[in-house]
Amino acid sequence: MLPSRAMTGKAVGRSVPRREADAKLRGQARYVGDVTMPGMLHGATVRSQVARGRLRAIHFGPEVRWDEYVVVTAADIIAAGGVNTVALIVDHDQPALVGIGDIIAHREEPVVLLAHPDPHALEPARRAIRLEVEPLPAVLTLDDALAARTVVYGEDNVIKSYGIDKGDVDAAFAAAEVVSEGVYETGAQEQLYIENNGMIGALEGDVVTVWGSMQCPYYVQKGLMKCFGVGPERARVVQLETGGGFGGKEEYPSILGIHVALLARKAGRPVRILYDRGEDMAATTKRHPSRTRVRSAARRDGTLTALDIDFVLDGGAYATLSQVVLSRGTIHAAGPYSVANVRVRGRAMATSTPPHGAFRGFGAPQSIFALERHLDEVAHKLGLTPEALRRKNFVTKGGELATGQLVRDDIDLGALLGSALALADWERKRTDIAAERARSGAPLRRRGLGLATFLHGTGFTGSGEKYLASVVGVEGMADGRVRVLASSTEIGQGTQTVFAQIAADALGVDMADVEVATPDTRDVPNSGPTVASRTCTIVGKLVETAAHTLRARLVAAGLLPADGGGDLRAAVQRHLATLGPLRALAQYEAPPYVKWDEGAFRGDAYGAYSWGVYVAEVEVDMLTYEARVLDFVAAQEVGRVIHPVLATGQIEGGVAQGIGWALYENVVWRDGVMSNNRMTDYIMPTSEDIPPIRVLFAEAPYPYGPFGAKGIGELPMDGPAPAILNAIEDALGVSIRRIPATPEVIMDAVEGAGASNGDGAGAGAGVAGAGVAGAA
Amino acid sequence: MPPQPQPPQPPTAGSKVVLTLTVNGEAAEVAFEPHKTLLEVLREDLALTGTKHGCELGECGACAVLVDGKPVLSCLMLALECGGASVTTVEGLARGAQLDPLQDAFADLGAAQCGYCTPGILVTARALLDQHPAPTRPQIEEALAGNLCRCTGYLSIYQAVEQAARKAR
Ligand code: FES
Ligand code: FES
Repeated sequence: MLPSRAMTGKAVGRSVPRREADAKLRGQARYVGDVTMPGMLHGATVRSQVARGRLRAIHFGPEVRWDEYVVVTAADIIAAGGVNTVALIVDHDQPALVGIGDIIAHREEPVVLLAHPDPHALEPARRAIRLEVEPLPAVLTLDDALAARTVVYGEDNVIKSYGIDKGDVDAAFAAAEVVSEGVYETGAQEQLYIENNGMIGALEGDVVTVWGSMQCPYYVQKGLMKCFGVGPERARVVQLETGGGFGGKEEYPSILGIHVALLARKAGRPVRILYDRGEDMAATTKRHPSRTRVRSAARRDGTLTALDIDFVLDGGAYATLSQVVLSRGTIHAAGPYSVANVRVRGRAMATSTPPHGAFRGFGAPQSIFALERHLDEVAHKLGLTPEALRRKNFVTKGGELATGQLVRDDIDLGALLGSALALADWERKRTDIAAERARSGAPLRRRGLGLATFLHGTGFTGSGEKYLASVVGVEGMADGRVRVLASSTEIGQGTQTVFAQIAADALGVDMADVEVATPDTRDVPNSGPTVASRTCTIVGKLVETAAHTLRARLVAAGLLPADGGGDLRAAVQRHLATLGPLRALAQYEAPPYVKWDEGAFRGDAYGAYSWGVYVAEVEVDMLTYEARVLDFVAAQEVGRVIHPVLATGQIEGGVAQGIGWALYENVVWRDGVMSNNRMTDYIMPTSEDIPPIRVLFAEAPYPYGPFGAKGIGELPMDGPAPAILNAIEDALGVSIRRIPATPEVIMDAVEGAGASNGDGAGAGAGVAGAGVAGAA
Repeated sequence: MPPQPQPPQPPTAGSKVVLTLTVNGEAAEVAFEPHKTLLEVLREDLALTGTKHGCELGECGACAVLVDGKPVLSCLMLALECGGASVTTVEGLARGAQLDPLQDAFADLGAAQCGYCTPGILVTARALLDQHPAPTRPQIEEALAGNLCRCTGYLSIYQAVEQAARKAR
């Protein structure tokens, strides 16, 4: 892979009109619920309804005329010669449907699929099906999973573990001047895209085809191929307009795609399944809950000499994506700091809840929350400000991260921190707050300031991008325009616009000369999943390379001048008329310096990182214990910004989700399933909960990203929760180590003096004087 | 004078009722099963799929439309209650190629990301601007408090409403 040429075009860096906008704003964009097909049936899913057991029989009640229904069970998969599995990263994992005699591993496992011409006929039929289940003991909490008295996965409930070892941690602790310790917990987070999951399946001749709401068409195709026992030419997947993803439509659409395809095959007609909100919230994937124990050794001047981190994720009933979520969380656990001795142990545990999955940030927000909360406790203990402690330890360009990766990014975290604090008016506010506290002993509202500093790796972790080996094409069309061919999906972030900008500038043409193909596995190559902040930087780079190759081909054919310019449309048409089809492909190659040892977990975990400093001002109402974010600053270095409006939108949207995760969004579990699965019982931020968010981009172009761009979509999920909780500690003088920090959690911490917080030997969770927690 | 609402007809199982109403400025006669919500009739019987469903329990605002100029959650309203009413959906905002100033502002400022909440937010904001041509930020926040958006964090939406208001003056 070649570094980007320093080329300035007309589109990149400007907020050009967004391609996807017009149809969405006119109400003409077609989401899966808006598409019907002739003869289409409506489908529904009958689920297990027990946390764990063995399925003995399925009874179909006599009150329903079953001959009116299409009914699919696991037996249909086997009878047709397929494999009953949802092929994902782990090849054999969860079944597509639980069969007779099989284990039910969580309450929302699909068992029977139904279809009928009248959607209202589905509910009575669903209720008329009774499952005979032999109950088995379930594992409902992380503690039970760790204790492993009941084993639901492997030998000890451990789905996967990873370790990072740098330096001599034990020696550093033995020689430490100050040791601190704490345990930090984060809850599950529901995706809450406003469009629920939905999919349509049909047979087109002998090709099984699904259309729907998704992030990763080729993942769905892989699932179909395995479950139907067919090759890629007989499984086609087409993305429709998608009403938000955030990771929630990374893996679940593979299950749903298989389901509608199974029904369609049996019915001989198209079948659509649309989940309703309650089903989507209960059954589909959420952010992994986590528990992280952080021990740190520091000198009195604030220099961190060692970190010892135990990072545990609740993976739910199947492995699914937990191992990759775990690897990202493990690598991000030690933060953007240069610490000589680091040990991280990461484990993903199995429990009897529906599998947790990808959600914006992918494990990193959990481990970053723990470290950033811990560092504020250490700062207080040492009598340092939070910013001084971080300045003391920031990694610099050329410095070494926990995996031994040398930082190549042109990053100056001290300067980024300075800009963020200036924009937040940090010093003045701190003075004001101190004066406020001095004035009144027990104010009704307490204000506080907090910050978090963090990094986020761009693209897949470790060797992931090499294995994916993504491909992008650019081809000439009959009218002389060019078309970008990629399976990367538009899910609200502006993929089509960004690809068109990159291709237009790489070709030296107007954006009007570039079309971006709909992701359809029949027409576009596999550019990899739309995840991991990789679309703009990794796939966009391939768009740039393919466009350069296409241009070079036209130059070599004598149809375009070598020194730029020329009439691309005419050249493309001449090529098609005289030389035949014109198509250039580009395949991923790692930057030459990238070396990763998967076994030892050492080396260049990512080609580059994006970097952030987020600052929150929070107010806590001392009567209701409600916390509210008053003001927010999000400063980041993400390489070149391709489209400022879209990039800002990613940051603002991510910060809003982070605020929800930190304060409001509380999944209530009962018998291994979300019991508050309604939008009025699970509270996400509304328009009245979002403070002003000031977004600042520092741009240090990344030579291996398109026009210098790095990843952006996930970064804003990492900073808000620790910044907000740090601000709450500043306001209350109590360290809260658990999110969401609902009024109940805050009340417990204030009134119970932190008794409910996982406490450790060093920094305590106890109440202390204003702004100082757990003084040593 | 607007046409008088017709009295609801008693539901008859399996049979359809016929209702006359004005949709996006045009008179429409529609036959539907009497138990259907306005949302279902718009989407299924009038093929106006621009109005979305996110919960069908009155919790998300994706289904908002204007009935006689006022925002309502169409998933909670029986279509039978709308006889003679004038209904505006997202499809009724633009005049042919000419977008409503709100739609223009949403496009400029990135106020629609995935776009799924957008139809409900656009019509709700339209009603706000019709009533308050120069709304304050708190008025905008309050007007849109029932419309959930998971993508944008709302700020670009406020700015777009403000920009549309400025341009209209
Ligand atoms: S669909 Fe009507 S409020 Fe959600
Ligand atoms: S733009 Fe996606 S929910 Fe609002």
